[in-house]
Amino acid sequence: MLVHGEIWTTKEYFVYPNEYVTWAIQIVLYPYVTGLVAGAFVLSSLYHVFGVKQLKDIARFALVFSFALLPVAMMPLQLHLQHPFRGIEVLMTPHFTSAISAFGIVFSTYFAIVATEIWFVYRKHFVETATALKNKPDKGMIDSIRQLIFSALTLGAWDISPAAMEKDHKAIGIMAGIGIPVACFLHGYAGFIFGSVKANALWMTPLMPVIFIMSAVVSGIALCLLVYTIVMEGRKRLAKLKKPGTYGYQDLKHIRGVEDHEVKLTAKFLMIFMILAITLELLDLVFRGYTAMKSWDALRAVIYQRDAFKVFVLQYTIGNLLPFIMLLWPRITVKRAAIASVFVLFGVFMMRWNVVIGGQAFSSTFHGFMEYHFPWVPVNAETIKEGWPGVLLVAVTPFILFYILNKFVPVFIGEKEEKA
Amino acid sequence: MERRDFIKSAIVVVAGAAVPMSALELMNPRDVLAANPNLKWAFLVDTTKCVGCGMCVKACKTENDIPWTANVSRTWVERYVVTKEGKVWADCPKQARDGFTSPLLDENAAGKISVDPNDIAKGFFVPKLCNQCDNPPCAQVCPVGATYKTPDGPILVDRSWCIGCGYCIQSCPYGARFFHPIYHVADKCTWCYHRIHHGMKTACVGACPFGARQIGNLKDPNDPVTLAVLDSRIGVLKSYFGTKPQAFYIGLSKEVD
Repeated sequence: MLVHGEIWTTKEYFVYPNEYVTWAIQIVLYPYVTGLVAGAFVLSSLYHVFGVKQLKDIARFALVFSFALLPVAMMPLQLHLQHPFRGIEVLMTPHFTSAISAFGIVFSTYFAIVATEIWFVYRKHFVETATALKNKPDKGMIDSIRQLIFSALTLGAWDISPAAMEKDHKAIGIMAGIGIPVACFLHGYAGFIFGSVKANALWMTPLMPVIFIMSAVVSGIALCLLVYTIVMEGRKRLAKLKKPGTYGYQDLKHIRGVEDHEVKLTAKFLMIFMILAITLELLDLVFRGYTAMKSWDALRAVIYQRDAFKVFVLQYTIGNLLPFIMLLWPRITVKRAAIASVFVLFGVFMMRWNVVIGGQAFSSTFHGFMEYHFPWVPVNAETIKEGWPGVLLVAVTPFILFYILNKFVPVFIGEKEEKA
Repeated sequence: MERRDFIKSAIVVVAGAAVPMSALELMNPRDVLAANPNLKWAFLVDTTKCVGCGMCVKACKTENDIPWTANVSRTWVERYVVTKEGKVWADCPKQARDGFTSPLLDENAAGKISVDPNDIAKGFFVPKLCNQCDNPPCAQVCPVGATYKTPDGPILVDRSWCIGCGYCIQSCPYGARFFHPIYHVADKCTWCYHRIHHGMKTACVGACPFGARQIGNLKDPNDPVTLAVLDSRIGVLKSYFGTKPQAFYIGLSKEVD
């Protein structure tokens, strides 16, 4: 009879009999996805709060993308539970000495803030669309439904006079301003969940929340940069074929110009946050080696021997050093920045992996080790939830949500206005 | 005194007394007893008496419905072998439910290790179980309060409320917690809470042929466990975590943690 985690755990040397890798791939994905949420939001705030005007185009994109990622942030948590249908208890009967219990409050606060900000950003669009549909003669059923939805989305605020728009603009700034600390909290507390586990020598450090926030911003910016580039490339292709796209210019030269500009500037911010993230991670590593507490022998064996390839090759070299050089190299191009972003995303994923799985790679006895083998073949509910099907579900959902959201809050709408 | 004056004064007295009186509380003797229980369970393990027969693990698995073949257990026994060069070997084959029947050490994927008897400086057994900490990290981190500390010591899990997040399993430094293979909720040793409340001993205490395990009440000054805790040289496991374990060990060695 298999215990949870037994199917993918190999023990070596002396390990407590009840120890297994109980937190598997979904818990690797959880901080990864929340990190993307927080990072995308911070990127959008660079424009809304700090007035980095050049990022206007990608800021709106990042905001909507962050919103699409948000519901996905809780999916890994739900999927890893042994009783997924009891997950709601965390919201209904939170036990406040637990870091996880804050999830409901932090998550819903953040959700409310992002939703409010998006509403203010798109209110004009809602009103205009609803009005246009109202005045449209001989509407079909779809148009009637769309009119109903867009009218509902205005929440009854139909005033789009310049004075009202000015107020909206202020509100956006305020929401984005409140959003930054909340986004950091959303992710910092994910770091706290790990950092406060005193039983785990690798996790327990007060640096953990800060490291998580920095790597969150890195991964969020990288994903926005990548998806933005892909979407822009698609629009360029449409422009070349002279096919009318849904929104915005069809002027190839302009799309290229906007893309080039946004990507290069975003890449600069990406580098700044990468430096901060790597500095903190290395500080943590050096500090552990220098203080050499009781756990260090076991940790050293994991970091420098057993997981050395994952830590130093996959995470630090391919995930950090390589993209850093790519971004730093003179005359950066959009393509190079996008490829570097792929490596950055991979690097942050490996960092989450090395923290979550690496933290369970040694036994609390400090005499033994555990190895996690990803269940490639799903054979039971456990390996479906915490194997390929579960991972794919979490990976694909944000893009589907983004596609649907884009129907109501189109990310490239601003360009049309500018042209007009 | 006129009747009218009497009533007036009475109203003043009642109104004036109401405020300070409201600070007083009607006490329920049960509540008082629960808040100041005359029970505080403690466990005493005399490692010098343990021979590694595994009867305690057998008894525990049977008593507490932990599937026999599942590779988890609420209690287990560890074997330590220290060589003359100071190398420490330890193992716990099948949670020691069948006892230690082989001189070979079961090092899991690293295989069976044979240590030359002439190289052995010392060897001993250490029974382990939940420490029912006074500052339990497992109860602290439960996001839904499904695991909680009872007033008399043991920490319990509500099987109908546990969501199975595994946070408590991660937070226990002693590896005392695991997922129950049938109920899929966190499970742990309760010091047989269902038994000790009826005046019985825990299953493992009852099964130990050598008296290596004892359970007692620290609030009872004449309890043998209390006496031993007070006047023997005892240790606890991993005290540096600040968990305040309530399982006390006689004859702990520095290799054990």
